[in-house]
Amino acid sequence: MEWLLFVPLAAMALVTAVLVIVLRNPVYCALSLVGTFFALSGIYLLLQAQFIAVVQVIVYAGAIMVLFLFVVMLLDLGHELPVWLQRDRPRLLIGAGVVVLLLLELVIPIGSWTARAPQGSSGSESVGGVGNTQLVGRLLFTDFLVPFEITSIILLIAIIGAMVLARR
Amino acid sequence: MTGTVPLNAYLILSAVLFVIGVAGVLIRRNALVIFMAIELMLNAVNLTFVAFSRFLHSMDGQIIVLFVMAVAAAEVAVGLAIIIALHRNKESVNVDEINLLKG
Repeated sequence: MEWLLFVPLAAMALVTAVLVIVLRNPVYCALSLVGTFFALSGIYLLLQAQFIAVVQVIVYAGAIMVLFLFVVMLLDLGHELPVWLQRDRPRLLIGAGVVVLLLLELVIPIGSWTARAPQGSSGSESVGGVGNTQLVGRLLFTDFLVPFEITSIILLIAIIGAMVLARR
Repeated sequence: MTGTVPLNAYLILSAVLFVIGVAGVLIRRNALVIFMAIELMLNAVNLTFVAFSRFLHSMDGQIIVLFVMAVAAAEVAVGLAIIIALHRNKESVNVDEINLLKG
C-alpha cells in the first residue's frame, strides 16, 4: 500500500525536477518546481510528517515560488539556449562527469547500507497520542527555543538585506 | 509490491533529487534557474531529514526541516534581491557575463 503511493510520488518528483533544469523558459521551470514541491509534500505525508507537509505547500509552493515568478515577471528574461547547444562543451562534459560521480558516490553506499533499529522516543505510537503538530510545537518551544529565536533574527536580517539590495 | 517502503528508498530518491540540483547548478547559465536548482537541493536534504526522523522515531529531524525552510526563505529573498540589482546594472542574469570579481 505504501509503495502504491510512494512510486507515483517519487516518479513525479523526479520528472518535475528534471524538467526544472532542462526547460528553457524560466516560468515553466518555476511551475515544474511547484510540481516537485507538491510531490515532496505527499511524500512527507507518507512519512507521517503532516505539519512539515502543510508547511512545505504554504512556504515553498506558496511564498517562495510566488517570489520567483514575480522576479521572472520583473526581469523579462529572454530564452536561454538549450543545454545541448551551448558553446562551452568541455565544461559541460566536466559538469556531467562530476554529476555522475556524485550520483554513484551517493547511491552505492545508500543501497548497500541497512538501517539499525529505531532508538528515539517519538515513535508513531507517542505521536498518535498528541498529534504531529503538537509534538513539533512542544519541541520548538522547549528543546529548540534558542534556535527558534535565532531564526527570527535571520528572517529580520533577510528582510533588511532584501530591501537594501533591491532599493532604487 | 506490498509492505512498507524501506528507508533506503527515500534516501536514494533524496540523493537523486540532490544530484539533479547539482546538475542544474552546473549546466544552467540563468541565475534564476540556478537558484531554483539550489532550492531543489535544499528539498532533497529536507527529505533525508524527514525520512530519518520517521525511521529513527525522533522528531528532531522535522524541527531541523523547519529551520532549513526558514533559512531557504531568507536566502531566496536576499538572492532574488541580488539578481534584481545585477539585472539593473548589467541588463543580464547570465552568470557567464557576471565577472566583476574576477581578478
